[in-house]
Amino acid sequence: MALLDFANPSRFLSFANRALPLLGGVTVVVFAFGINQALIAPDDYQQGATVKIMFLHVPSAWLGMLGWGVMTIAALGTLVWRHPLADVAAKAAAPIGAAFTLLCLITGSLWGRPMWGTYWVWDARLTSELVLFLLYLGVIALWRTVEDPSRAARAAAILTLVGAIDLPIIKFSVDWWNTLHQPESIFRVGGPTIDPSILIPLFIMALAFTLLFVTLHVAAMRNEILRRRVRTLRLMQASAVS
Amino acid sequence: MMATNHIGFIVASYASAVAIVGALIAWVTIDFRVQRRRLADLEMRGIARRSAAARSEPVMEQAKEKA
Repeated sequence: MALLDFANPSRFLSFANRALPLLGGVTVVVFAFGINQALIAPDDYQQGATVKIMFLHVPSAWLGMLGWGVMTIAALGTLVWRHPLADVAAKAAAPIGAAFTLLCLITGSLWGRPMWGTYWVWDARLTSELVLFLLYLGVIALWRTVEDPSRAARAAAILTLVGAIDLPIIKFSVDWWNTLHQPESIFRVGGPTIDPSILIPLFIMALAFTLLFVTLHVAAMRNEILRRRVRTLRLMQASAVS
Repeated sequence: MMATNHIGFIVASYASAVAIVGALIAWVTIDFRVQRRRLADLEMRGIARRSAAARSEPVMEQAKEKA
């Protein structure tokens, strides 16, 4: 099936109805395996058992950024290609990305207190991550403020493209500035600095979180398509009465 | 030793993950039910999309006449 076939909302709904039970089932299985591996992973020689927070913190940080990445591609779909599902995808991704970014901030804080002696510091990584969360809130507010979905989509797309500047800032903040947050330890030249006994459970948890994101995103897109159908029918009803 | 000292932070992290992921799942599930119910209500009253209009045309006509 060609990608363009999903441009039809009815076809997407049919795809979502078939895919969601499978996606949900696979997500639960991978999560169960990932949490099991995370719990039996050895403690870090310096950080002790607090390294278990990493299995939540790092995947949620990745997904916070992935969410904005999805919205950025969708914004291009809205503004350049005018794909009918692009703004549906963007709107559906925003609350999910915001939730994972919030989880990243909370778990980072709870990890920071025992390791750094503080819940929060205004260093470049933490601040740029907070900016991402605020950008998510801004996009969600914009969607709620403008009633016409197509006008809201264009405004949100522009804000999303501008906000995408924050993604490389988050990624390279630990290289560009002197931060309390540790430098890059996974995707770096020379390979990861984390032992495989901890790195493998981390990748399994990252896969589980990614599957969760995809499942929630498909479900939220289905809801958004239904919401737009309800809106269209209500407009039809109003015009029939008047 | 360190585990017992910091167990509260670990538990709080996992509890916040359960709360946030649970809230997301609840939001998606409840929203789906709400939208499906609203759609069903509208279709029961004879308001249908263009693609389904052929099936419910008489009902739409009645609604227009009533108006």
